[in-house]
Amino acid sequence: MAKKQLVETTINGEPVEFLCEPRQSLLESLRDILGLTGSKEGCLTGDCGACTVLVDDRPVCSCLMLGVEARGKKITTVEGLAEGTKLHPLQQKFLEDASLQCGICTPGFLMSAKSLLDRNPNPTEAEIRYALAGNLCRCTGYDKIVRAVMDAAKVIQAR
Amino acid sequence: MAEEATQEFRVIGTRPVRHDGVDKVTGRAKYGADYAFPDMLHGKILRSPHAHAIIKSINVDRALRLPGVKAVLTGEDLPELPDKAEPIGEVPTNLRHTALNILARGKVLYDGHPVAAVAATSPHIAEEALSLIEVEYEVLAPVMNVHEAMAPDAPILHPERRTKESPDKPTNVASHIQFKGGNLEEGFKQADYIVERQFETQMVHQGYIEPHNALAVYNPDGHATVYTSTQSPFEARQLTALVAGMPEGELKVVPAEIGGGFGGKLVIYMEPLALLLSKKTGHPVKFVMSRSEVLRATGPTSGSSIKVKIGASKDGKLTAAQVWLAYEAGAFPGSPVGAGCMTAISCYEVPNFLIDGYDVLVNKPKTAAYRAPGATNAAFAVETVLDELAEKCGVDPIDFRINNGVKAGSPRPFGPPYKRIGFIETCRALKNSDHYKSKLHGRNRGRGVAFGVWFHAGGQSSAVVNVHNDGTASVVTGSVDIGGSRASMAMIAAEVLGLQASDVRPMVADTDSIGYTAMTGGSRTTHSTGAAVYEAARDAVRQLKDRAARLWQIKPEDVDFVDGKLISKNNGVPPMTIKELAAKFGRTGGPVSGRAGVSARGGVGTFAGCCVDVEVDPETGKVQILRATVAQEAGKAIHPSYVEGQMQGGTAQGLGWALNEEYVYDTRGNLRNTGFLDYRMPTCLDLPLIETVVVEVPSPDNPLGIRGVGEVSIVPPPAAVANAIYRATGVRMQELPMSPPRLLKAMKNK
Ligand code: FES
Ligand code: FES
Repeated sequence: MAKKQLVETTINGEPVEFLCEPRQSLLESLRDILGLTGSKEGCLTGDCGACTVLVDDRPVCSCLMLGVEARGKKITTVEGLAEGTKLHPLQQKFLEDASLQCGICTPGFLMSAKSLLDRNPNPTEAEIRYALAGNLCRCTGYDKIVRAVMDAAKVIQAR
Repeated sequence: MAEEATQEFRVIGTRPVRHDGVDKVTGRAKYGADYAFPDMLHGKILRSPHAHAIIKSINVDRALRLPGVKAVLTGEDLPELPDKAEPIGEVPTNLRHTALNILARGKVLYDGHPVAAVAATSPHIAEEALSLIEVEYEVLAPVMNVHEAMAPDAPILHPERRTKESPDKPTNVASHIQFKGGNLEEGFKQADYIVERQFETQMVHQGYIEPHNALAVYNPDGHATVYTSTQSPFEARQLTALVAGMPEGELKVVPAEIGGGFGGKLVIYMEPLALLLSKKTGHPVKFVMSRSEVLRATGPTSGSSIKVKIGASKDGKLTAAQVWLAYEAGAFPGSPVGAGCMTAISCYEVPNFLIDGYDVLVNKPKTAAYRAPGATNAAFAVETVLDELAEKCGVDPIDFRINNGVKAGSPRPFGPPYKRIGFIETCRALKNSDHYKSKLHGRNRGRGVAFGVWFHAGGQSSAVVNVHNDGTASVVTGSVDIGGSRASMAMIAAEVLGLQASDVRPMVADTDSIGYTAMTGGSRTTHSTGAAVYEAARDAVRQLKDRAARLWQIKPEDVDFVDGKLISKNNGVPPMTIKELAAKFGRTGGPVSGRAGVSARGGVGTFAGCCVDVEVDPETGKVQILRATVAQEAGKAIHPSYVEGQMQGGTAQGLGWALNEEYVYDTRGNLRNTGFLDYRMPTCLDLPLIETVVVEVPSPDNPLGIRGVGEVSIVPPPAAVANAIYRATGVRMQELPMSPPRLLKAMKNK
């Protein structure tokens, strides 16, 4: 086993240091080392998007990135989406629009959708579907997820 | 009861935010894989690389010598269990098969069949240890579909098994079921049109995003706790205890939040292994499957071969139907062919019929329930044949179904006639939908419809409704919440107690904290556990009336309970709210806690219809879904958003089954598509918004008129898509999935 490495990074706005083996993924580091279990594991092959986090504001499958690669980066996970007790408009609309059933895909969808709305606060349905195509949901048929993103976009535009 | 079913509701039918929602949008909710203990070990499973082989020897010595490896299990470490069906919960389950599926002994029966389990200090070390286990196999020829398996000289999966039909010779046909009625020959004679077709479908997986997981903590006092994402904590407890050879009462199952199941998480796979490894090592042991393990070795639903022959008279009346269904069971008996037989023609009145179903063993994973198990395969076949017949009769396909559709009093192929049902209403709702009324223009486009029927299971459920001192309440059940059922339970309690949904906190308890409650599955939770919550809330109301009577020094019968207020019938005291009364519980006899245990009646007759518009690319054979609408009966929709959610989710799964999803095996019996990249489920880009029409025909079997809504929506889409493809291309597809290569080939051969 290779020696553990020290990783200095920023997670959800806070400077964080952790030790990980070189072979541990960012997802594993977040979940098993740092206890941030909000990012989910669905496949470990980059196909389901349940592990999506933002790395320097871009959506990334954290199962495909090594923990050591987080060095010097800015990581945002679902745990960092709300501001204190104020939910992000996406979280609020996912609740109001009943966009989750089992909820295992939800953290990944929220992060992909946040990245979309940060770039494009007024997306069309097609743009939303394109931006979320890397996230699988097996429960909802995506209908209520797409609607929630459209509704959240309206809230964000009205601000 | 009947009057109650038509009553006006205050909370039921509204759309409050689900109580567990914030935890799930902030990442706080704890799913099975999120549990961890400081001194925990990680388990991994060595799986068979062969579809069919004899295990000649297993040597684990090298694995045990790897630093960090703490224990290894093989099949010999599990107790030998009887080869007969024992009731687990309420479902007869063969314990020997269950154990052999968890860890093989003597023989492996499918690619991915577990052979050994390792516990080590990290998942990576456990993984490494697997490669150090030496297994010697004698490879046998695999049987990979029902035709091979039913051939006279087929290799046999279970040479020791005998059946009623084959008492002397081993066979891969695990069982045969038959329903018949009327006079088949006469029926076909009366027909002006007869359509006869054969259909083939492939295994498909439930595809829940959360892989299976299990974490066991065995204590030195012999008591143990298992944390797992399961649809059925009580059945998991009973089975895990039996397979691990410990008393059931010593085991507590804590149902974690569950990331989808669709029937696939009614089965235990790793729970007994985690438990035995924890017992062996003294550490908590956790297993989490990889996606390829999920696909290779957990329950898909059956691939099948189905022959359908149906006759109709010129005026569009069905005269006779013959259906032959052979379903892949996988490596152990238990395909859903029975339900296939029970649903195949059960939307229609068919005076003369013969239905034969065969449960067939093949060298593939043991199938598990998948949303309306068995019904989708059968409906794909029957509903495309009906489409052909409707066309021959020159009748609109929905009218054709209305003309032959079942209603209250219609006979069924099995069991007593239908009670109050809403098939005709569902047909009409689809016919009147904006979608069906719209015109579809353009080349290579077509529209198809299809229908389906499913049951809602009854069975045992417990519920406790606590009224707290501040006048709010909590409702405790044993039904795992897989799609928003906590909200429905809180709403039912709130309705009865005259509270707001937000005043009632719902909770899913572990197996020590609530009475027996059967699975979340079979569309039973809202119906059966909902009935328990309803009764428990009424029990709480009775107690509230007693308390008010005591305070007012009148008889309990003289207290009314209206809109959350206690009202004296015979003197002028002002009404009292629950909140006011709750503050006085201490003086009137202590806390108020209503409880109920029910053994609910199940029902047949939740119907759905689906209408889809497709566009077929003539160059590639790719089918794009342009528009989809689902109409479904819900009895009474408690939380309409989650009813719609079930309808949309089932429709999406049905569309995936229709177009892309299939298990692809090579000739050696190895699964070739073991990841989400090539086990291709629908993404956001593949689907349109899914329009829903909720049809409310109250069920006579539930105090609130509820029907289970979880499953039936998956049934119609494959047939609806096939019918739409026919309108777009002139090609009748008789195979699933209707993937680009298959459709292209069919179009070429037209
Ligand atoms: S777990 Fe990373 S994409 Fe599926
Ligand atoms: S809500 Fe279950 S996978 Fe999306």
